[in-house]
Amino acid sequence: MAGLIANTDLLRKLLVGFVKDEVRKVGVSKVVLGLSGGIDSALVAFIAAEALGPENVHAICMPYKTSNPESEAHARLVATACGINFSVVPITAMVDAYFNIFPDADNMRRGNKMARERMTILFDHSALLRALVLGTSNKTELLLGYGTLYGDMASALNPIGDIYKTQVWQLSRAMGVPKEVIEKQPSADLWAGQTDEEELGFSYRQVDELLYRMVDQRLTITELVAAGFEQEFIESIYSKIQNSHFKRRLPVIAKVSNRTIDRDFRYARDWGK
Amino acid sequence: MDFTAVLAQIKPKLGCVADNLAAIEERIIKARDAGADLIVFPELALSGYFLKDLVPEVALRADSPEIQRLVELSQNISIAIGFVEETADYHFFNSALYLEDGAIRHLHRKVYLPTYGLFDEQRYLARGESFRAFDTKFGRIGMLICEDMWHLSASYILAMDGATTLICLSSSPARGIETDSLGSASAWQKLVSTTAMFLNCRVLYCNRVGFEDGVNFWGGSEYIAPSGESIVRGALLEDDFVTARVDEGALRRERIFSPMMRDENMFVTMQELGRITHERRQ
Repeated sequence: MAGLIANTDLLRKLLVGFVKDEVRKVGVSKVVLGLSGGIDSALVAFIAAEALGPENVHAICMPYKTSNPESEAHARLVATACGINFSVVPITAMVDAYFNIFPDADNMRRGNKMARERMTILFDHSALLRALVLGTSNKTELLLGYGTLYGDMASALNPIGDIYKTQVWQLSRAMGVPKEVIEKQPSADLWAGQTDEEELGFSYRQVDELLYRMVDQRLTITELVAAGFEQEFIESIYSKIQNSHFKRRLPVIAKVSNRTIDRDFRYARDWGK
Repeated sequence: MDFTAVLAQIKPKLGCVADNLAAIEERIIKARDAGADLIVFPELALSGYFLKDLVPEVALRADSPEIQRLVELSQNISIAIGFVEETADYHFFNSALYLEDGAIRHLHRKVYLPTYGLFDEQRYLARGESFRAFDTKFGRIGMLICEDMWHLSASYILAMDGATTLICLSSSPARGIETDSLGSASAWQKLVSTTAMFLNCRVLYCNRVGFEDGVNFWGGSEYIAPSGESIVRGALLEDDFVTARVDEGALRRERIFSPMMRDENMFVTMQELGRITHERRQ
């Protein structure tokens, strides 16, 4: 899969430059991010440390009581490896207080609540530290909708949202992310033993090859089948992208005026920057 | 004549004309003090690129104080610069000015406004309708704005109009991370080199840097000799101030070695284009 081999030197320059430029131009020098112990947030921490200096990067690990203790240990390992500020804010008390009112809630509701709890902590620290919140969702997750709207998908800037998980692995190796973090099974760590690939029903490498051809190269379904992908797999991924599209857009506004925000009132976010 | 050109690879602030003008003046003075004869700025240097609804807010009339200030500065150094132009009938163009000896020598309005992929220019801007070469102290020049250069006919017309130097002002976004070099950079490098070679023209290419809403502009401004050889190239992804020593002899020699433009048969081209136009109408 030639296309998914990223030029990591170039990618590193672009993403480090992105964080440096987009953070500083709003008059801020710091960033805050959630460090889960997984590879995506580890990579973002390394990029941010290189862009802004490790002293300007604040990582918060936010475990729940069922989180794997290895996750916090890995988060700490990453923070030490790139020299950034690190703190732990457990979310058990807040999440349990809520689910005491709704004890029958299923895993999905609980997982979403945890992701949104973490988001409120990050945005609170954004105000506390005068720091922008960095997003850590990669392109694979964003396209599949494998994330919580207004939870882990919320951020001010996302350096890795245009690179696939396969490329996250490549760049992480190039930037020196600890190998324990690179080599372990990706997991949302919402309950014991959960792994992304088991939950999704396919491997990241498998789906990245399809997504790259379908989204980036715009191959038709016939061409994808000819390239060796199963029709059923193609169709299920296509509908995942379609059905999660709402997560990638702003809320829909009912148009009544001549200039509606984002429809015919259009400005770049870097307006005046 | 031999001359020194500076390619000012700057990072305009989106929608901030006064700040950009100040940064531009600083580069002009620096270039002039260093003895340069010509300074080239990128496309939309005075305003930034992804303007969208800001277009009417940053637009300038050719007689505006900002443009007049640049005209004054051109008394000591020639200047090529991009901006949003507002006309008397309230059309807005992505334009480039060539200023020399305290006067406007040429105004080019971008003809090919890309409206595909990440581009949306034709929604906000009016389309220019001509390519004209013009005389300067450095010989006859043709100006192109970014996408214009991706249309062979544009450079061809300018060369047939006698241009021996093509100046291209650009705001080219970085994309393509799969290969040894940045995808959009290698595409442009091939384009400017091939254009120079086909038309026996030198090319001064000035591209901006910086980010707008996550989109990077990659820089890499360069001076290409008429042989297609890159003589000097600016930094990738960083501000730069690229100084190019332009050798008149190289142009003369190239036109002796490879006299394609001398042999170019405009009448065959015109005849065939005429036939195609006629057949399309049927």
